[in-house]
Amino acid sequence: MKRVASLVVAVLVLGTLLYAQNHLVVTGAGATFPYPIYSKWFDVFHTKSPDVEFNYQSIGSGGGIKQVTEGTVDFGASDMPMTDELMKAFQDKRGTGILHFPTVLGADVPSYNVPGVTGTLNFTPEALAGIYLGKITKWNDPAIASANKGVNLPANDIVVLHRSEGSGTTFIWTDYLSKVSSEWKSKGASINWPVGLGAKGNEGVTGLLKTTPNSIGYVELIYAAQNNVAYGAVKNAAGTFVKADLASVSAAAAGAAKDMPADFRVSITNAPGAKAYPISSFTWLLIPQRFQDAGKREAVKKFLYWMIADGQKDVEALSYAKLPKEVADKEKKAVDSIQ
Amino acid sequence: MSARLRWRKFVSNFMLGLTGVCALVSVGVLFLILGYLLYNGGTSVNWDFFTKLPKPVGETGGGMANAIMGSAKLLLAASLIGVPIGFFGGIYLSEFSGSFTASIVRYAADLLNGVPSIVIGIFAYSVVVLPFKHFSTLAGAFALGIMMIPITLRSTEEFLKAVPRNLREGSMALGASKWKTITSVVVPAAYRGILTSILLALARVAGETAPLLFTAFGNRYWSNGWTQPTSSLPVMIFNYAVSPYEDWHRQAWAAGLVLLGLILIINIVARTILSRGIAVPRS
Amino acid sequence: MKGAEPSLGSRSFLSRLASGDEFARLVTLIFAASVVLITVMVVWQLWTNSALPRHKFGLRFLISDVWDPLADQFGALPFMYGTLVTSGVALFIAVPLGIGAAIFLAELAPPRISDTLQFFIDLLAAVPSVIYGLLGFLVVVPLMRTVIFPALNKPLGFLPIFKGPSYGVGFLTAGIVLAMMVIPYIISVSREVLLSVPRDQREAALALGSTRWESTWKVVVPFARTGIMGSIFLALARALGETMAVTMVIGNTPKVVASLFAPGYSIAAVIANEFTEATGDLYVQSLFELGLVLFLMTFILNGLARLLIIVTTQRGSGVGNG
Repeated sequence: MKRVASLVVAVLVLGTLLYAQNHLVVTGAGATFPYPIYSKWFDVFHTKSPDVEFNYQSIGSGGGIKQVTEGTVDFGASDMPMTDELMKAFQDKRGTGILHFPTVLGADVPSYNVPGVTGTLNFTPEALAGIYLGKITKWNDPAIASANKGVNLPANDIVVLHRSEGSGTTFIWTDYLSKVSSEWKSKGASINWPVGLGAKGNEGVTGLLKTTPNSIGYVELIYAAQNNVAYGAVKNAAGTFVKADLASVSAAAAGAAKDMPADFRVSITNAPGAKAYPISSFTWLLIPQRFQDAGKREAVKKFLYWMIADGQKDVEALSYAKLPKEVADKEKKAVDSIQ
Repeated sequence: MSARLRWRKFVSNFMLGLTGVCALVSVGVLFLILGYLLYNGGTSVNWDFFTKLPKPVGETGGGMANAIMGSAKLLLAASLIGVPIGFFGGIYLSEFSGSFTASIVRYAADLLNGVPSIVIGIFAYSVVVLPFKHFSTLAGAFALGIMMIPITLRSTEEFLKAVPRNLREGSMALGASKWKTITSVVVPAAYRGILTSILLALARVAGETAPLLFTAFGNRYWSNGWTQPTSSLPVMIFNYAVSPYEDWHRQAWAAGLVLLGLILIINIVARTILSRGIAVPRS
Repeated sequence: MKGAEPSLGSRSFLSRLASGDEFARLVTLIFAASVVLITVMVVWQLWTNSALPRHKFGLRFLISDVWDPLADQFGALPFMYGTLVTSGVALFIAVPLGIGAAIFLAELAPPRISDTLQFFIDLLAAVPSVIYGLLGFLVVVPLMRTVIFPALNKPLGFLPIFKGPSYGVGFLTAGIVLAMMVIPYIISVSREVLLSVPRDQREAALALGSTRWESTWKVVVPFARTGIMGSIFLALARALGETMAVTMVIGNTPKVVASLFAPGYSIAAVIANEFTEATGDLYVQSLFELGLVLFLMTFILNGLARLLIIVTTQRGSGVGNG
């Protein structure tokens, strides 16, 4: 018995030592919004470069910002651009700057689980703001019904779902609401919600939505699509009801692409344009300006170059929109600047 | 028989029957859990589950091979931290210490035992993860190891104390030093109990999730060595269960079945060892 | 029984040293001391890492119900409320069930059945929290919505605690899941305590003409009352610290609401959800302060529990003249 036990231990220890050889692991954490495409990318990139592993954990944009600032992960990911204070905090703590690299374009969609409603509902900005403020409490409220003539909306209470942790997806949603509603004051990743249940990650909100009748939640497009969850069209700034898809999200980014600031931090919610989907957003990888570890630096740069070019081929299959060409070109130059 | 007596007898039988129902319900919960896990996860525990890595989000298939390995490594390292401290500390309490020191150590162990596992998690984050700037298997093992200490300490002390005095005295009378007595007479006499408590401590921390959230973090790949983040069964169950993907639910049930099966087996083995008696082994 | 000192009288220091005993004593002392060191470190870390909010909010932290990271306002009330309510519901369900089962196991069941059932109960205690959470989220939550809520809300909906609506998740769901988790503790300890009540107590009652139930309920259980209380405190301490099972079914909403069907939050759940992303020192340290509060709650309860259990089993194991 003793012999067997010591043999097992020896094998395990040896195994772990041997394996620790030449695999480079780059750890990242952050947004759940782009998690489907990131996990796909890192998987594909690993087959191309088997000696590097990108271990990405989706814990929410807030977590990505925090952990990359602490230095416990090598890079972060966020749908919310870091504020000047946060960037300064990073500089103070780590002695170098933090760079934002847009990766894809995505959209927050208002998904719902209403018994008896199988089609696409139309939501006005006032309806969405009212629901999330707790002012509109029933599905058959005139604010919702007026945009959905002919749809049989039940008189049930709306179950509002939101994120329980600091979320870039929340930031996009609240950023939009604060632009279209004068009553909606809070904007950020982690707000004091007037109503609703909290769930963890886009995954958690979608999961809760599926099992909770009469619920409404904001999730990234792919989560609704992959899980056969109904999502609605939103009235954009030009007055048209638009459903989120590749065309409408790309249209929202069209204007911003030309005037993209050098640090890539920009908001494209409530974008002008007849075809634009109003709750669209870029999402960013947060990469430190300077890397101590040369191996990690090279791996990250290699990945970023690949992501901007070949990686973009995989995004549309997962319902994310590609980076506009002008943005991609600017990014390539920015990757060069990583030390 | 008077009416009053008949009533009292009826009440007696009724209430006692009710207690039987309570017992049935309580035990029934165990079988409910096992039943659900078997039903929902039984078919998903296949070869893929044990050998494949997780697939990208939204794709079906894949497995939890890295989580199983991660849990194994975490438990191994946690034992290396928790067992020696508990074992040797228990020897000290039982064989060497005065009652004052003993009560302080015991009190500290009880205190540690009562600390909620999430608090152990944030403690491990601030003393291991932050200074080294790494989520790692070691950090996770540190958190789990701390949780093992009180169980192994108290049990080792109790089982050593239960060894009859005359065994010790006999050994000393033959000229053996105290330490020799402890190692060749006292500990072997109590080894069943001590082994049991180590196994039980292991079973206890095998299922812990909260302390791993901020220490071992998570890993979609194999975790090399001891200083990288690692996946683990409990954390995978947590992440997959609250997700919307049916395939992930299926895998969560399977992982739950494997995890619970492992824990129950350890428990049953431990208790069987103990029930065979704490007699001095011959060999 | 104290640690066995050699009954041959103390040997001299040198002779102890020569035989390696002194060395052994030192080494084992270091290990034992490390236990104390670790415990002290845990408490110290909790204290120092919560300095900012302690100075800024003082005791207001415990009564404020605002948790607003953006505005840098943090209050523990919703989480303490949720922790206590869910644990209270858990005890409300688990205590009658647990004591009933313990009575059955200690008084009625033949020893073999009692031991077998106790074995299963011990296995139940070993089931990890995340598996209860799994079961809770995928089984109890739908059950709550489809069966339990209508059953309670239709007849009793006028009571504030049973007001709708129900989302499946909430205080009651978390309480039910916690009840399943703490029943084994109540049963195990109560059964032991009941078994240690001296036989003559029961026999005296029966000799005086009481029924089986009467002797159990009116004589044996009160005799073991303190120990049973201890088991309840133990169960409560366990319930307070539970993280995974609760966070998966409580709804993650920091609000103080009367209805049991409403979503809530607990201390352990909010730490689990928000710790990895709390930016800003005040935010992180407020979470540490919550950890400190939780630790204190469990500390006090565990202490009381141990006291009560020791008192009872000592009394019971003495000659039955109490």
